[in-house]
Amino acid sequence: MKVTLWGTRGSIAAPGPETAYYGGNTPCVAVEGNQGTTLVLDAGTGIRRLGGALPCTLKRVDLLLTHLHMDHLQGLGFFAPLYNPALEVHIWGPPSAQYDLRTRLIRYLSPPLFPVLLRDLPCKLSLHEVADGDFTIGEFCVQSELICHPGPTVGYRIVSENAVLTYLPDHEPALGVPDFPAPPKWTSGYSLAHKADLLIHDAQYSNAEYATRIGWGHSSMEHALRFAIHAKVRSFVAFHHDPAHSDKDVKKLLKDGVAAVKPSFPVVGGAENKCFTLGNNSINLLEQEENG
Amino acid sequence: MAQMEIEVILTRQLASYLATPIFVVDKDGRLIFYNEPAESILGRRFEETAEMSGAEVIAAFSPMDSRGKKIDDAKIPLRIALAERRPAFLCFWIRGLDGVKRQIDVTAFPLIGQANALLGAVALFWEVQE
Repeated sequence: MKVTLWGTRGSIAAPGPETAYYGGNTPCVAVEGNQGTTLVLDAGTGIRRLGGALPCTLKRVDLLLTHLHMDHLQGLGFFAPLYNPALEVHIWGPPSAQYDLRTRLIRYLSPPLFPVLLRDLPCKLSLHEVADGDFTIGEFCVQSELICHPGPTVGYRIVSENAVLTYLPDHEPALGVPDFPAPPKWTSGYSLAHKADLLIHDAQYSNAEYATRIGWGHSSMEHALRFAIHAKVRSFVAFHHDPAHSDKDVKKLLKDGVAAVKPSFPVVGGAENKCFTLGNNSINLLEQEENG
Repeated sequence: MAQMEIEVILTRQLASYLATPIFVVDKDGRLIFYNEPAESILGRRFEETAEMSGAEVIAAFSPMDSRGKKIDDAKIPLRIALAERRPAFLCFWIRGLDGVKRQIDVTAFPLIGQANALLGAVALFWEVQE
């Protein structure tokens, strides 16, 4: 399984020289299987570059949305496969209690927010609603589960023959838990993350920032690392960087978090273009970064 | 040990912060949590009772009417909330785990999550002070 980060910023795109290392694009991750299955996780602004990099021989691509907040959806209209009539595009995502996925997507893919209607997209488009459940895409078994974040939001556990990736880009498992972490049974996202080879997890805030943003749906670096230890993951990528954080700020957050929590697994700051290969009990961080 | 659904986790977290006595059961009627304000009415800390099946809950608290007659299980608000997916109310008596008989008002409602899934039920209750 090959995992490539195309957008790691949270909330809003934050391009600029001060964010050039970790990147300014909002969430998008590509997952490629050994047999050619291609998954795209979220449609933040990073999806535009990914769309241009997909092989022209590709017949099908599956886009798994965790939720429909703007930073995870804004790139969708600029995803090149949507305009390719020869390509099957499957979009998976959560409905709300009142509206199906199509209705929710149309809120963005329609005027005045976007000029092209969902029904006019030339690709062979299929929509699939997910909440709590398992499904199969090519060589991958995917488990989705609702997690703690405002509005219907799922996390994904993607299992191949020899590797497990868990993707929880927007997640606040510490909400309302006085002595975090709670026992596994009472911890949001635990079963998705349990013993994953690689966990990509929200780590937006410092402890001081989190104290003033409780309930916003995101984690401090320390909470994210404590969650990762609790779930016994094998490696960790800090994700959904705050748009106000410079590269220097993110590096300091990582350093301080690792020093406070002392994880026994590799901790990497999610940076655009960073690529990982997982499989057979090995995790190859192709652009290895030191802990913190 | 399976992880609870997020709606149930959030319900427990909310209950743990409220001063209203709250009792949470899963979709099978199994007691999975009650909060500190409920402990004084039920007569024991949750950590000491832990989880119980629906039958164990009824046996433990002996719900009864004003004359001490056992209440039909089907009339207990939590049972109605689970079986009929609607709120229900009843005033009745229980014998707490501390042996004290108390009159309580109980309102229960179903926890219906995403995709219309029944996840459990919540009972809000209040001791009736004569």
